[in-house]
Amino acid sequence: MSGDQHDSHQTGTESYAALRTKALESLLVEKGLITTDVIDIVVRAYEQDIGPLNGARVVARAWVDPAYKQRLLADGTSAIAELGFGGRQGVDMVVLENSPTVHNVVVCTLCSCYPWPVLGLPPSWYKSYAYRARVVREPRAVLREFGLELPASVEIRLWDSNSDIRYMVLPERPAGTEHLSEADLVPLVTRDAMIGVARVQAPAIPARR
Amino acid sequence: MAAPDPHITVMDEQVALPRKNGELVFEAPWEARAFGLAVVLNEAGVYPWHDFSQGLAAETAALEQQGTSASYYERWLETLEKLAIARGLVSIEELDARTAEYAFRAHDEHED
Repeated sequence: MSGDQHDSHQTGTESYAALRTKALESLLVEKGLITTDVIDIVVRAYEQDIGPLNGARVVARAWVDPAYKQRLLADGTSAIAELGFGGRQGVDMVVLENSPTVHNVVVCTLCSCYPWPVLGLPPSWYKSYAYRARVVREPRAVLREFGLELPASVEIRLWDSNSDIRYMVLPERPAGTEHLSEADLVPLVTRDAMIGVARVQAPAIPARR
Repeated sequence: MAAPDPHITVMDEQVALPRKNGELVFEAPWEARAFGLAVVLNEAGVYPWHDFSQGLAAETAALEQQGTSASYYERWLETLEKLAIARGLVSIEELDARTAEYAFRAHDEHED
């Protein structure tokens, strides 16, 4: 191991860890214990699985399907389950809609309750005492630090997640995305937007004309 | 293979997989290989995931006690190596020999 030298990789040559991994893999393949293909498949599956992608699919569907949006806002748990995402039993999902006049922000002031079936694992700042305490006291200042400047006319609503209810924000669909399909909308929706510390931005270059 | 296993995707904070915006982060290709190797061996029934996550936690604690540090996937690889040896899949000798062989070859390829 490289000890406390963080910069252990020499230029032009592979790091010890890379060589060691390759050695282990080749030995296991030779012994017929694994195949290289199966490693590729596993890595891809995990890379694509959990994470905010599930939540992004929910948001994109709600943007293009008004009936779905209605169901989502009325009963988040069931509407999210329609898309195949579910969590532990007994935890309700509540979806909060942002509008030009209302901006919702989610926090867990007690610990780090988080809607992980749709958003994956919480980012470290979400769990930090600084965020949990400050977003309640001075939400506007905290949002500004995230790069989100809200006009004074916009009302900020804070939602405190707990062990029974997990909140997720339905961000506003950005202007200029009317021509985009549901599939094109999904990658625009970020985790931070679904926590409520960011807005969804329209793509800089329109995906399609 | 089956869908991603929540035992792996949702580990204790201390040993949780590094993520960015919820997605797994691999700083170099070998990290993804090491990740895949550990998961595949688990799926093949070589060890229950609990043994791997416990091993990773122990590795982390041991390094902390020594006052040294290693990246997440360096610790991961160390854990994987120890488990593979303990379960008799490979020996430390052949692993050392193969690593040296690759190092020699890499050296050869890059120096002219």
